[in-house]
Amino acid sequence: MIKVDNVHKSFDDAHVLKGISTVFEKGKTNLIIGQSGSGKTVFLKCLLGLFTPDEGNISYDGKIYSSLSSDEKRDLRQEMGMVFQGSALFDSMTVEGNVMFPLEMFTKQSKSEMKDRVDFVLKRVNLDEAHNKFPSEISGGMQKRVAIARAIVMKPKYLFCDEPNSGLDPKTAILIDNLIKEITEEYDITTIINTHDMNSVMEIGEKIVFLKNGLKEWEGTKHEIFKTDNEAVTNFVYSSDLFKKVRQMYIEERN
Amino acid sequence: MNYLASIGSYAIMIKEVFKKPTKWSIMRSLILKEIDELIFGSLGILIFISFFIGGVVAIQTALNITSELIPKNLVGFATRQSIILEFAPTFCSIIMAGKVGSYITSSIGTMRVTEQIDALEVMGVNALNYLVFPKIIALFLYPFIIAIAMYVGICGGWVAGVFGGFSTSADFIEGLQLDFIPFHVTYSFLKTLVFAFVLATIPSYHGFYMKGGALEVGKASTTSFVWTSVVIIILNYILTQLLLG
Repeated sequence: MIKVDNVHKSFDDAHVLKGISTVFEKGKTNLIIGQSGSGKTVFLKCLLGLFTPDEGNISYDGKIYSSLSSDEKRDLRQEMGMVFQGSALFDSMTVEGNVMFPLEMFTKQSKSEMKDRVDFVLKRVNLDEAHNKFPSEISGGMQKRVAIARAIVMKPKYLFCDEPNSGLDPKTAILIDNLIKEITEEYDITTIINTHDMNSVMEIGEKIVFLKNGLKEWEGTKHEIFKTDNEAVTNFVYSSDLFKKVRQMYIEERN
Repeated sequence: MNYLASIGSYAIMIKEVFKKPTKWSIMRSLILKEIDELIFGSLGILIFISFFIGGVVAIQTALNITSELIPKNLVGFATRQSIILEFAPTFCSIIMAGKVGSYITSSIGTMRVTEQIDALEVMGVNALNYLVFPKIIALFLYPFIIAIAMYVGICGGWVAGVFGGFSTSADFIEGLQLDFIPFHVTYSFLKTLVFAFVLATIPSYHGFYMKGGALEVGKASTTSFVWTSVVIIILNYILTQLLLG
């Protein structure tokens, strides 16, 4: 569980995060949504420890990040997995090398143990035939799956995903969403996804935090988002005619 | 003010490079990879340039000897002095600032743009140690290629001088041995070691702290080349004053 308490973050004169408080629960896919410039990426980077909040605290299962020593912070970082928007795979390494990298860096496992673990996670993300390919030789969807495999290879307690299905076709995007949800449940991890993909919201949004101008405007589940009267949320989520109709049908069905 | 801030963040970067070392088994393979890329990868171009510059120095010296009173062995002497004191350590380092420096800035800059450096940091890896330290260690071998550049440059001078009819082989070799001061070679290697550190760190700094996209990677490479060259030239002056002045 990650608890965020009154987090503020500014860059020069720009006050990007203006006191965000929320709780991201374990074993659930937690979504951060909001328009571009609402502070989602800065918030995610604060959660990852890449940015230090100017005010407020972030605690990971009771451990307050700002009060940890640098060694404790490094240990905590090793419990985090991250899937970047552009996958951020290391160009000079093969798929296998990319996934094995955290194991080589931080464990004392033998080569065969590492190989077994890499084979297992690559199979888990349905990529058991791309071991020796380089990132430039595989598709965007496959790169995302490699990134997920790399993020989970160390059995993390926290999984962060920044726009995991951006640039993917709708079918692959749903596959990636479902894969993240399955992994979250299977490993009982706290997953936080930064997205503005409405399919993801409707499919896997077990907890949704909506940011607007650096403030938490709304939070709830994918079921609650259908019923909310919050104008900012409805304007954002149901901006297309299709989603407006879906919402109308959902409400009528419920009534 | 901006320059001061840059010098400050460069100093902080250097400190970070030596903190939280990467596992030795991984670092060893990174160092070997960088030696292959930065040292062996530069050998060809430096040999090619050294040979021809040595030749040009010999020809120009010979063509400027107009008085019969000036001994013919001056061609070999001037070639040796020019190559050992300046061409090999300084001129080659400027060439390396273009070749190796641009490579370092663009490779690290691309990693920054594509979030690969963020990925390292999120994993808890000291990205500066992982990326910059192997380059510094690899470039400690830089004096070896400079020694080769000295040798090839002098050979180039001999070939151009003798086969071009500007000097006899005996005169040239006599000039090479004339008033030889071994400390000049030491001075040259000391300069080279300092330049090697500059070549590894200034381009890394420009790549690591760059902001923006692909266009900015190109701009960072150019800026890195300019600043590496400027620093090498200033340090060349200071070191010459300190060691020979």
